[in-house]
Amino acid sequence: MTIYLPIAELPVNIFTLLALGIAVGFISGMFGVGGGFLMTPLLIFLGVPPAVAVASVSTHMAASSFSGTLTYLRRGLVDVRLGLVLLTGGLTGTLAGVVAFMLLRRYGQLDLVIAVTYIVMLGTIGSLMVAESLRALLREWRGEKANVKRPGAHPWFLRMPFKMRFRQSRIYVSVIPVVTIGFAIGFLGALMGIGGGFILVPALIYLLRVPTLTSIATALMLTLVTMTAAILMHAVLNQTVDAVLGLVLMVGGTIGAQFGARAGQAMPAERLRLLLGLLVLAVGLRVAVDQIVTPADFYAVSIDEAAR
Amino acid sequence: MRRLAAPLLLFALALALAGGDARGAELVLSLSKARVTITSNFTGDTIVLFGVIAPGEAATPARPQDVIVTVRGPSESFTTWRKERFLGLWVNADSRSFLAAPSYLAVFTSRAPALIAEAEILRQEQVGLDNNHLLQRIGSDYADVVPQDPFRQAFLRVKQAQGLYFERPAGVEFIAPNVFRATIPIPGTAPIGPYEVVVKTFADGALVSRGALDLEVAKIDFEQTVATTAQDHPWLYGLATALMALAVGFIANLAFRRD
Repeated sequence: MTIYLPIAELPVNIFTLLALGIAVGFISGMFGVGGGFLMTPLLIFLGVPPAVAVASVSTHMAASSFSGTLTYLRRGLVDVRLGLVLLTGGLTGTLAGVVAFMLLRRYGQLDLVIAVTYIVMLGTIGSLMVAESLRALLREWRGEKANVKRPGAHPWFLRMPFKMRFRQSRIYVSVIPVVTIGFAIGFLGALMGIGGGFILVPALIYLLRVPTLTSIATALMLTLVTMTAAILMHAVLNQTVDAVLGLVLMVGGTIGAQFGARAGQAMPAERLRLLLGLLVLAVGLRVAVDQIVTPADFYAVSIDEAAR
Repeated sequence: MRRLAAPLLLFALALALAGGDARGAELVLSLSKARVTITSNFTGDTIVLFGVIAPGEAATPARPQDVIVTVRGPSESFTTWRKERFLGLWVNADSRSFLAAPSYLAVFTSRAPALIAEAEILRQEQVGLDNNHLLQRIGSDYADVVPQDPFRQAFLRVKQAQGLYFERPAGVEFIAPNVFRATIPIPGTAPIGPYEVVVKTFADGALVSRGALDLEVAKIDFEQTVATTAQDHPWLYGLATALMALAVGFIANLAFRRD
């Protein structure tokens, strides 16, 4: 059974889309990430124009992150104050990302920039996660205790001016790195069609030293707001949000996420991080291979939106 | 078969009318439907073109008639990019703009165009993909270039791979000496908008008659509402989509709540 996507302007099998949503939702529920970094390339592979894929995935991310945020809010794990400070940077970053998206598309370099950003971000984060979780697994295998790092002094960037206390996260740090992290996540999210959860969570844990669960909960809240803003901005500036595509994806995604979360809870944390690291690395490598291997056709045709 | 009944009836009528008048190379054309509507289960459609050549001009073994049908979709501007290797990556290096090129282009002929007329006439009448005008902007100049131009060839190649440009050298068949038929496939990815069907008949290597019909590909009902809202009321559309996402998230949270 096929369904015609009114904005992407092509027919797609509805079950393929649902299965895609469920599969990506399962992974995102299992690892506590948005899954946009998987969803966007898969949609492009199905023939959805990249601009429509990036914009429509943000609806799916808004839905699944809202569902997650509600759960964490009930358990009182969201650091709303930290979230709001991250957001001041995040929203500016999202707007900058959408504008950059528009400019790059005009100059024909959007695909390249998206690909290079994917390779760099996924390659770096993936390698770091794999290395870190392998070390943890090795320690466990040797029977050593994990050495919890508790350095007395904060690194230099947390000692910058404009300090602020975030009670829920039990930290007292400068707002400058917090806003900068927010900006970077918002920018990358709008440009790459990713929620940035898999970048934000490690950033909060390792850079700002926020407790793990609070990091995940706050990252989800941030994803919710930046993705809702991304929907609006893409709809107004680019007119590339396909509501039908988004609806099918989010229905599949929210169902898949529930089963994924259950599967994730049954697995030790280090192994989970290793798996996610490998997955992130694999996606990054796939994009890299596409960019490096000699293309079958040296020419590509794009439609000038301005002429429409 | 039912949808073909109406046009067939029309031909019978046309034949009867044309019968009395032997002079004048009149061409009567009809499409099985003039409007392709896109609904949520649209995966493509097929339109059948019927044509009647005035009996005086009917094909005989001594004087064969040739028919060339060209279907052009709504014009759009395209950019063709050439990739080059830069620091190990393939980068869009050079580009050409194709201004107002048809977004869909199909050419159906009764036999290979080279057999129908001289190359010069074929070019004049824009027969075939290679002879169709494709206006390019090169710097500040506007021109169509030679068919061997690599950008032009690449453009045709990419559009053919997308299934939006094609040539069918035996796509027009005569079902009677003066009645012909062509089947026009409209793929699921066909662009929305007005299409033009141009028919030219040739005999002895010269143009005998020409005719044109309009065809429209349009989204209707829900698809149209969604597309026009996204265009005309982007704020409303964005808000509605965002609210929909939040509602789905909320429902999922309630449905799977475990505490």
